Amino acid sequence: MSNAQDPSQLYAAHEPIFPRRVTGKFRTLKWWLMGAMLAVYYITPWLRWDRGPQMPDQAVLLDISSRRFFFFMIEIWPNEFYFVAGLLIMAGLGLFLFTSAAGRVWCGYACPQTVWTDLFILVERWVEGDRNARIRLHRQPWNWEKLIKNGIKWGLWLLIGLATGGAWVFYFTDAPTLFWGLLDGTASPVAYITMAVLTFTTFFFGGFAREQICIYACPWPRIQAAMMDEDTITIGYRSWRGEPRGKQSVQTSGDCIDCMACVNVCPMGIDIRDGQQLACITCGLCIDACNGIMDKIGKPHGLVGYLALTDEPLERAGKADKPIWKHILRPRTVVYTVLWAGIGLGLVAALFLRANLDASITPVRNPPFVILSDGAIRNTYDMRLRNKHGTDRWFTVTATAGGDVTLALEGTDALRVLVKANETLVQRLYVTASAGTVAAAAHHLPLRLWITDAEGTETPKAERIYKDTIFNGKEDK
Amino acid sequence: MCAKPIKDDAKAKVGTTGHSWDGIEELNTPLPRWWLWTFYLTILFAIGYTIAYPAWPLIYGATPGVLGSSTRADVDADIQHFDALNAPIKAQLVAADLTAIEGDDALKAYALAAGKSLFATNCAPCHGSGAAGVQGLGYPNLLDNDWLYGGTIDAIYTTITHGVRNTVDPDARNVGIYMPAWSDKASGPLADMATAKLSADQIGQVVHYVLKLSGQTAHEAKATAGAQLFKDNCVACHGEDGKGNRDLGAPNLTDAIWLYGGDEVTLTKTLTEGRGGVMPSWGYASASSTARLTEADIRAVAVYVHSLGGGE
Repeated sequence: MSNAQDPSQLYAAHEPIFPRRVTGKFRTLKWWLMGAMLAVYYITPWLRWDRGPQMPDQAVLLDISSRRFFFFMIEIWPNEFYFVAGLLIMAGLGLFLFTSAAGRVWCGYACPQTVWTDLFILVERWVEGDRNARIRLHRQPWNWEKLIKNGIKWGLWLLIGLATGGAWVFYFTDAPTLFWGLLDGTASPVAYITMAVLTFTTFFFGGFAREQICIYACPWPRIQAAMMDEDTITIGYRSWRGEPRGKQSVQTSGDCIDCMACVNVCPMGIDIRDGQQLACITCGLCIDACNGIMDKIGKPHGLVGYLALTDEPLERAGKADKPIWKHILRPRTVVYTVLWAGIGLGLVAALFLRANLDASITPVRNPPFVILSDGAIRNTYDMRLRNKHGTDRWFTVTATAGGDVTLALEGTDALRVLVKANETLVQRLYVTASAGTVAAAAHHLPLRLWITDAEGTETPKAERIYKDTIFNGKEDK
Repeated sequence: MCAKPIKDDAKAKVGTTGHSWDGIEELNTPLPRWWLWTFYLTILFAIGYTIAYPAWPLIYGATPGVLGSSTRADVDADIQHFDALNAPIKAQLVAADLTAIEGDDALKAYALAAGKSLFATNCAPCHGSGAAGVQGLGYPNLLDNDWLYGGTIDAIYTTITHGVRNTVDPDARNVGIYMPAWSDKASGPLADMATAKLSADQIGQVVHYVLKLSGQTAHEAKATAGAQLFKDNCVACHGEDGKGNRDLGAPNLTDAIWLYGGDEVTLTKTLTEGRGGVMPSWGYASASSTARLTEADIRAVAVYVHSLGGGE
């Protein structure tokens, strides 16, 4: 039967969910994780890290106006954005790895939407009571009690939202300065606007949108579904043990007494006994709920629990499950791990190998070369010299080429320039080959430019780097 | 664990879309109603937007919108804002001694940045965006170390301010001074200026002498014959040694740089037809017209051109 013609069936009203309080090992784990993650989020901007007098002392700082990212001892310049790209790729691969091994653990335990919703539900429970009380309050007409309780709840939610947005802005500028600036009204409007937007989105997403975000707005569930296979350990209902549902006094009944505990605690409002489904974020609360009931009726835990699809036939046949490592260790997870670790090692190596001076050389190609009055060929290069030291440094420039060339720097007779601490200098370099030389007639002469830190006194040998480019000669036709 | 089908009653409850692939049917799960409301909200927003901002096209323009928003006005305001911000440093630039600008980091940085964009707007059409000029058309290359009128900051400034051979600025360089057309067949103003009428053979002899002067391969006999013709007719501007004369904008014929080209064909054309490139005056103002560029802008361009590698 198709009722697509009936417009009344095209849209469904939102049914509010009132998750019941639950205790158990997953709930305890989630409390600790929530505490740890919120603590990291709120405390991180306040950590200090001494980088010298000219530099910001905030341990983690995304200084967008100065184009620097600081992370403890690491400082990322805009030209090193590949570190950020690498971290994002690692985050993606990490998600692939965790999802293929253990399902939607990100969704269930670490996603901010889940963590903040959890916190908002906690507040809701403090103010309005547990599931039944909340349902009653929801159904009763508006009166003073409902108004006051909702008012308190919304007020607390707004405070949490404000604190969320408030912590966010501290990552982008010096936290103590901004804190007092926010209080006395001298902070940038951008900070206030960001806080207002994040306060509202936190309030709305955590308080009202909740599971709708996961089901309708978030792309991850769809992507993650493609990461899971029959060996993925995820949450399921052991129907072969639970069915048929019914009273324990009836001999033919399975272990499931149809108490609805797993449904009542579910923040997504689903019935895990229907099997894995799109809306399930694998938060583990149904496991806690069911295990509590199993304790009461004297049955073993695990009617609802973490298991893989490949374990089902084994369990039905009364055999033991495959060991967990056999589920986890399979080509797919190994490939993800190797990729993840490879990129990570590459980034760490790049981090330690990078020099405190850096340069990029851009040949000026309009025109490719200039003929001077004595017939010499001159090429021009724009150099960006980056001094990552906390002190001013003199950099010298030399060249090795396949032919004789002479160097000159715009605006100075010397072959050295002063680059200020933690700054980039754009310096024009002229490379000239005399008329009749190999270089002057070359099509593309390889040219290696060496940049040396002339004041590398605290290091045993002067730090130097090279950049390869080409020299354009005037080819004889 | 997934032995039981998802929501046994779902199909009966919501039906299917009628699509079926390999027996897998698509449930016709209803959209949440808030989704519909969001859709209506976007429509309301769009209507509000077209009322608030310029939107509906009319024959001459568009509905202005009740907020009076105009990106043209925004740009005007931005320009005024930045002009006001730049006013102090422009005043400093005008007040500074020309040769002192490059020694002052702040002034130099401003002049280079402003000069670069002014050059791209005003100078690049002839001199090229990279300032390399166009040889065939006689637009000088500003990157090399050969200058018709001098490559000091003062000389560059004067050239930009007054231009070359234009009919507007009485102080323009080289008014009335040209490379004449030496051919006996030539006519017109450039031919009138020639002190002699040379035959094609004689021009060829001078060309080979110039080729020899500049160190290129030349026909010895022709060059020898051309030497006397050169002495009789050319040294007044280009000098005894052919090294030119900056007071007259006469190019140095002994170096590797050529305004129009140093090969035999181009030199023959230059001698036969004459040359007289023109550059506009950028600083001339009369009662009826304003200068193309302000004093501060001309100084900025001069500093920029001086920094391109050939500055003296």
